Amino acid sequence: MQTSATAPAHLKTRIGFVSRLYYILRRGWKWFAIFLTVTGPGVIVMIADNDAGGITTYAATGARYGYGLLWFLIILGPVAYVIQEMTVRLGAVTKRGHAEAIFDAFGPFWGWFSLTDLILTDWLTLITEFIGMTAALSIFHIPPILTVIVVSIIMLLMVLQGRYWTWEKIAFVFCLLNLVYIPGAILVRPSVSDIVRSGLVPHFPGGFDNDMFFFLMANIGTTIAPWMIFFQQSSVVDKSLKERDIPWGRLDTAVGAFATVLVAVFIIITTGSVLKGTLVEDAAQASIALMGINRWIGTFLAVGLFDAGFLGAICISLASSWAFGEVFGWAHSLNNKIREAPWFYGSYLLLVATAGAVVLLPGAPLVLITLFVQVIATTLLPAAMVFLIILLNDKERMGEFRNTKTQNLLSATVVAIIVALSTMYAVTALFPHLLK
Amino acid sequence: MSPLGEFFGRRFARVREVNRKYAARRVSMTPAVKVVLLLLRIYLLALVGILVVKFFTILAGR
Repeated sequence: MQTSATAPAHLKTRIGFVSRLYYILRRGWKWFAIFLTVTGPGVIVMIADNDAGGITTYAATGARYGYGLLWFLIILGPVAYVIQEMTVRLGAVTKRGHAEAIFDAFGPFWGWFSLTDLILTDWLTLITEFIGMTAALSIFHIPPILTVIVVSIIMLLMVLQGRYWTWEKIAFVFCLLNLVYIPGAILVRPSVSDIVRSGLVPHFPGGFDNDMFFFLMANIGTTIAPWMIFFQQSSVVDKSLKERDIPWGRLDTAVGAFATVLVAVFIIITTGSVLKGTLVEDAAQASIALMGINRWIGTFLAVGLFDAGFLGAICISLASSWAFGEVFGWAHSLNNKIREAPWFYGSYLLLVATAGAVVLLPGAPLVLITLFVQVIATTLLPAAMVFLIILLNDKERMGEFRNTKTQNLLSATVVAIIVALSTMYAVTALFPHLLK
Repeated sequence: MSPLGEFFGRRFARVREVNRKYAARRVSMTPAVKVVLLLLRIYLLALVGILVVKFFTILAGR
């Protein structure tokens, strides 16, 4: 028998190559396994950010400007990453959610302001998610009351099973379903050269007018939302991520930012390819229009809209309950049983049930609610982001994980731009003719 | 006290407890932090002002 010591040189080289390859694959698999364990908050929050309102914005953007604003959506990915990455560090180091961190650092005035504003924003946004879900399933002739009841029961069962890990994996399944827009976009057979030529070169199709400004702001508004900051930080704490997990948390957030942009881009490609020039007011209307062209494309958009609303709803309602629990000192982990955390689950149930009920009220001012969501969110967003940066500069608490000068410059620039644009968006939403 | 009064009494006691717990601000109030918080208050007051104007615009329109 030939041993490796006596084997010919070419055989030795081959054995060396195979063992190196085996080692690389094993190490790669080990890293992937760790990533799968740690990943969750970043991917879920980023994909849930493409909620019912987000899908409508992207569908309308594609229908209005074709592929023309794809470049802008791609820029928003890193912007969202810069903000959300800070919540990973803050949560992992302080082991506190954002609501509790604000109370602790800035006192009761800013604490109560943030908590009240968060709950109000979340509740109103939750209503818009229910509007999106009922509209999506109405296309398949499912009555809104059935949608609201079944969705509320599923949402409740998801949190009542008693384990954060299980909740996260179920949420992952819905995140994967969000990728349904990709086959939808492929089915419309878009021209890749058109996408590259008119979508990836920064420009403002038709010039920079009021409509363009409104669409840019709407896209920013759907990419960065205040509940995301609260959700991801609380989620990092509930998942018990440690300082050593921060690099994985960053990767998780980066993958999520990539996925959210990917979904947005494919929605714009879908509506930009076949509905360009059509006035789209909501995603359900776009789905019906697409069904007239290709049944599957319209179905994919409708399923995606429902999924987006559902993902948004499960994350937004949890963000509120976590915040309540942190501030009032109630047990507030998904790992707790009902009897251990009755207030946590009670507040969750109350939020979901009341938001669902509003959608079913005949003559409820749903359009007004959708409008006010944008405005109320704008009052919370600057505060949440400014507090985030100040907290990330707390040398005593953050130690080596505090913001560097470059991170401060980058995050302060991003925050200043977002605050300016989202304020203008809110003002324009309130007074649509102000800029005309 | 009625059960409802007792319930709300307990909740308000909890709120007072939260206020006491977080009464001292832990963040160091450097000049930069003070300016930022002041700007934030002005910004929020301006937004509330806009909302009030909108509210009266809606009322006037009816």
